[in-house]
Amino acid sequence: MVSEVKQISSQAVPLLGNDIDTDRIIPARYLKAITFDDLREGVFVDDRKALNGEHPFDQIQYQGANILIVNRNFGCGSSREHAPQALAKWGIKALIGESFAEIFFGNCVAMGIPCVTAEAEVVKQLQELVMANPQAVVTINLEKLQVEIGDLTASVVMSEGTRSAFIAGTWDACGQLVANAQQVKATAAKLPYIAWGNLAAS
Amino acid sequence: MSKGTLFDKVWDLHTVGTLPSGLTQLFIGLHLIHEVTSPQAFSMLKGRDLKVLFPQRTIATVDHIVPTENQARPFRDNMAEEMIQALEKNCQEHNITFYNIGSGNQGIVHVIAPELGLTQPGMTIACGDSHTSSHGAFGAIAFGIGTSQVRDVLASQTLSLSKLKVRKIEVNGNLKPGVYAKDVILHIIRTLGVKGGVGYAYEFAGTTFAQMNMEERMTVCNMAIEGGARCGYVNPDEITYDYLQNRDFAPKGADWEKALNWWQSLSSNPDAEYDDIVVFNAEAIPPTVTWGITPGQGIGVDEKIPTAAELLEEDRLIAEEAYSYMDLYPGQPIQGTKIDVCFIGSCTNGRISDLREAAKIAQGRQVAAGVKAFVVPGSERVKKEAEAEGLDKIFVKAGFEWREPGCSMCLAMNPDKLQGRQISASSSNRNFKGRQGSSSGRTLLMSPAMVATAAIKGEIADVRALL
Repeated sequence: MVSEVKQISSQAVPLLGNDIDTDRIIPARYLKAITFDDLREGVFVDDRKALNGEHPFDQIQYQGANILIVNRNFGCGSSREHAPQALAKWGIKALIGESFAEIFFGNCVAMGIPCVTAEAEVVKQLQELVMANPQAVVTINLEKLQVEIGDLTASVVMSEGTRSAFIAGTWDACGQLVANAQQVKATAAKLPYIAWGNLAAS
Repeated sequence: MSKGTLFDKVWDLHTVGTLPSGLTQLFIGLHLIHEVTSPQAFSMLKGRDLKVLFPQRTIATVDHIVPTENQARPFRDNMAEEMIQALEKNCQEHNITFYNIGSGNQGIVHVIAPELGLTQPGMTIACGDSHTSSHGAFGAIAFGIGTSQVRDVLASQTLSLSKLKVRKIEVNGNLKPGVYAKDVILHIIRTLGVKGGVGYAYEFAGTTFAQMNMEERMTVCNMAIEGGARCGYVNPDEITYDYLQNRDFAPKGADWEKALNWWQSLSSNPDAEYDDIVVFNAEAIPPTVTWGITPGQGIGVDEKIPTAAELLEEDRLIAEEAYSYMDLYPGQPIQGTKIDVCFIGSCTNGRISDLREAAKIAQGRQVAAGVKAFVVPGSERVKKEAEAEGLDKIFVKAGFEWREPGCSMCLAMNPDKLQGRQISASSSNRNFKGRQGSSSGRTLLMSPAMVATAAIKGEIADVRALL
């Protein structure tokens, strides 16, 4: 289940714009399912229709890219994990952006998809370099907290706890959380409300 | 780093330990689930051969996909039926309490948990829904999570998290007539931006919030997430305790006294330290309407849609996108914008006090010709209460449709959808592109009273003229 994520190297796809919300990444009608299996066709579907083939996810030069380069507050809005799941189904394995919405970021971590942030200028530069040369390989190195493309090397940011979880391969925390069940029960026992009301009776 | 705030205290009390990564393992006191984001989590549990660790601390309801007209089973929409069946089966298998349609307690998850008294001060609350921030109104630390995290809570009653910073948002003074809790939060988001809260918990403080009832506080905390803050909260006080006393799951007897003492000890200390403080004057807040495609693109009802030049450079690109998508022009007054559909409801504004305010506007008036207007109570209890007060009759007489409870056209996962380029006045929380069920549909967010005003006038109009 758990695997180390230290470095991602791939072609990249630039997606320009601030505040791109999860309703745009995957419209709610695609959430009407009890699995994540069929999300690929829904990724950015309305934006893609509106742009009639000109959306980066449709442009031939970006097919096969595994790194998505975005701007500010990407993934804001709904908590739907369907959004990163849909991106992953399209092929995205890592994101670089100016900033990410909190819940989206957490969902990506839980799926093993690192989201690193960089200064607005750096992100702009990366997007321009990729647009000028879509074949260029972008490398995100989580150990050095750097991104590289051609001659450019820039620093990126990821909070230390999250970074070490990726590097150690413990980004899927479920196993660790479950293993601590005794401590969990001890913590619960100290919380007064656990014993109040009939919620605790069952 | 914040110190001595309610957020710090509740965080520390729920900390199980530090994981090897350095992230905190945080105990979740109340877990709420619904049909949309839980089925995959239950499948993941099964795939890993895990059980639900504290089944009695998870509560389920069905809200997103429920039809608001004909709720007879099986639902006409096969996928909706499949989703409710999956939830029924998962709850039964794992011994989780499920408030189904007709139970008397079904409704939008963020409406029912408070009304049942499940939501209490000092709790940590998680739900696979971003508007979980609503529960912060009680002085709980409540936030939305994704499906893998729903799995983690089911399996361990905990989450792996990094601590947020705390920003105190102080609003002081009296709101002017026609200005509601919704306007306060739209104004805050307009000012601080939709990403202003990223990395923060918002503590809503000051005399304005102190005077608000619990439902108004819920409206404010509900939309903290629209300002980028994963959670927002108000310190608990007498208004909180009065609301909770005698509710189904509230502590009783000697426990109630203990609870009061504990809750009082959790409020932010007078000398608490914050990572940031922002102060607003309530009297300067106008009835607010959004004109664009993010909840931060709001203006006073008297104002004109801003030109790109009036905006910060970083906000111009999305403004250009909004002018084009909304087919509204910079410099155009928002008042007078023609409306096709009016929606009153949602976890933001589908509670009894919201319906009362809207009914005051609707009473004795008529929905404008050509406008479709409908009211969706937030829960079965809200519906029952509204009907006992005769609000349904006021709405129906005025030409509004009176529906069954659910999330409805807030996100349009049920049959309630905009058609084509229809434009709606909505008491919900998101005006994102395509949000209300049509990929070209348009949404203007505002208070329920302003939605009712728009319904009567057939266009965006100032609620103050109808008070």
